[in-house]
Amino acid sequence: MKPVLLLKMASRALRRNVMRTLLTTLGIIIGVGSVITMMEIGNGATRAIRKTLASIGANTLAIIPGAQNVGGINYGIGSQTTLTPKDASAIQEQCPAVANVAPLVRARTQIVYGNRNWVPTSIYGTDPAFLEVRDWTELAEGTAFTAQDVRNMSKVCLVGGTIVRELFDGHSPIGKEVRIRNVAFKVVGVLSPKGANMMGQDQDDTLLAPWTTIKYRVVATSLSSGNQSALNTANATEVNSLSNIYPNVTSSTNSETLYPTQSTNELTDVPQPIRFANVDQILVNARSAEDIPIAIQQITTVLREAHHLRPGALNDFTVRDMTEITQAMSSTTELITKLLLYVAMISLVVGGVGIMNIMLVSVTERTREIGLRMAVGAEPNDILRQFLTEAIALCLLGGLLGILVGRGASILVSSLLKWPTAASLGAIVTAVLVSASVGVVFGFYPAWKGSRLDPIDALRYE
Amino acid sequence: MNDLIRLRDIHKTYHLGEIDLPVLKGVSLAIARGELVALMGASGSGKSTLMNILGCLDHPSSGEYWLDGLDISPYGAKERARLRNRTIGFVFQSFNLLPRMSALDNVLMPLDYTREHLTEAQRRERALGMLAKVGLAGRADHQPSQLSGGEQQRVAIARSLINRPELLLADEPTGNLDSATSEEILEMFEKLNQEEGITLVLVTHDPGVAAHSRRVIHMKDGRLEDPGGAP
Repeated sequence: MKPVLLLKMASRALRRNVMRTLLTTLGIIIGVGSVITMMEIGNGATRAIRKTLASIGANTLAIIPGAQNVGGINYGIGSQTTLTPKDASAIQEQCPAVANVAPLVRARTQIVYGNRNWVPTSIYGTDPAFLEVRDWTELAEGTAFTAQDVRNMSKVCLVGGTIVRELFDGHSPIGKEVRIRNVAFKVVGVLSPKGANMMGQDQDDTLLAPWTTIKYRVVATSLSSGNQSALNTANATEVNSLSNIYPNVTSSTNSETLYPTQSTNELTDVPQPIRFANVDQILVNARSAEDIPIAIQQITTVLREAHHLRPGALNDFTVRDMTEITQAMSSTTELITKLLLYVAMISLVVGGVGIMNIMLVSVTERTREIGLRMAVGAEPNDILRQFLTEAIALCLLGGLLGILVGRGASILVSSLLKWPTAASLGAIVTAVLVSASVGVVFGFYPAWKGSRLDPIDALRYE
Repeated sequence: MNDLIRLRDIHKTYHLGEIDLPVLKGVSLAIARGELVALMGASGSGKSTLMNILGCLDHPSSGEYWLDGLDISPYGAKERARLRNRTIGFVFQSFNLLPRMSALDNVLMPLDYTREHLTEAQRRERALGMLAKVGLAGRADHQPSQLSGGEQQRVAIARSLINRPELLLADEPTGNLDSATSEEILEMFEKLNQEEGITLVLVTHDPGVAAHSRRVIHMKDGRLEDPGGAP
């Protein structure tokens, strides 16, 4: 029998009792509708969770220079000065899995405004991409500094809420100047509050400035949180920028020096090493959570090439990801997906049982028709196909109506309850496939029963 | 060999639990092409069972059945279904029309299972032709509930003819009809037999029906009473 003919027969049988058809499909309509609604709500929730987790840095990768080992003293991770701003731009250009790259220079020192002073948890020298990486682009006030500021070594900064409270008494700091080691930085913006990070560190206690300014005007040393004992022996740094009690010749901003400055001749005779622009860290964010492993691989390749590392040589850097957070993210989204799958299963099984029930009634009711069809030459398979097609048509009809109901419900949910939903083509395709297979699974037994009837008994059936 | 039907020593035994119930006890019969045969007998004589075997709805427990020169006794359900579709038409006592389907659709129904490839227009044309032949040209769109008993039976006859069968089996075709209508239906059978050469087997217990046929076969207790024409 041709499929067209089967469909025609099925549609005729279904139209014979429209009310019953509709009530039977109701189970499937509700099943498919709820699957789609749930999936769309789930998708929306997953997206929202991803966004939230991304804002606490789930997609963030930190690239840290390797450890330096000099004369048996290990200076700990980050003590090598191998990362350069060039590396940052190389990563930005050559790693497609990476969205944003920000170099980072750290300092820990006192900042002064008027008669107040404060030592922020973190003073970061970076570039505007940092805000993208940390998902911090929305400022509470003012504007971020620009790439131009980074190039010009501009003395501008962004401050966090804690600094505003401690130094400015909560008044707007825009346009005011704070001093960091006697360098005056103009406050151009206030960071939006982010609270503590997972380690309990206050993220609002942060000052952001162009990395060039921090690097060359504030700290001329590398990572300040190295091996303290080694630091003391290697190069003594200032403890307090205001204290000029001890001679600190390294500070370029000090106008008064205890030792005479070098003359031009002396400079040519004893050339100073060229200031090597290294950064303490490079922060990167991957395009998505799935891209993290790819991003790590790409970064490793690019940096090994940039650092001229021979095959077999150890990396002189480390790429760290936020494994804890990514795992939390994937387990959360997995849980949501599974939960929805179970809900879907239950409601569709209930709908399928309804279909089976009605198809059994239908087969019994039409026993004489089956007998007659067999008498005029229908093979058992023809009968099987006829009733199976009917069941599948019933389920597909329910599936299609269910898609409409589901879409409608999810639109209602998002507009009335303001829950985030996301349309999903996958959900719709799944719903159609699942409802068709429900038709096959639950329609098979009644159809098979019909096809096994004996034509003589069927014709005699009252 | 011009016989359309040849039965040799057909037995049919039903197994009801532990009891064996023999219904046909050795029926041998030959029906030639173009015959109009009445099969008569009291109820329980086995005429319905014989009819089912003739119509390939059932298969005999033992014995041989040649239809149109082919031994069909070993045929399975699928092959018998094809055979029914191609060579046999059925007319039932209770008409067995599908409700809520027009007369035309009822007549078209057997074509759903035919192997012949016909276009929609050809099928329609053929069905309308059949309806015209039974005198219902104007009632193609009526549903069975809108037709009288005689008209319903005529639709059923048109349906049984749609695949141009060689053999038409009618089981008490006039059992549900009044005498005037019965007469019309029987005349139609005679006409089909004479004009189209269709072999007709009428199962009946009404002697009036048997009077229309040229050969009457009586059955009693699973055997033929006068095995006239038996091989």
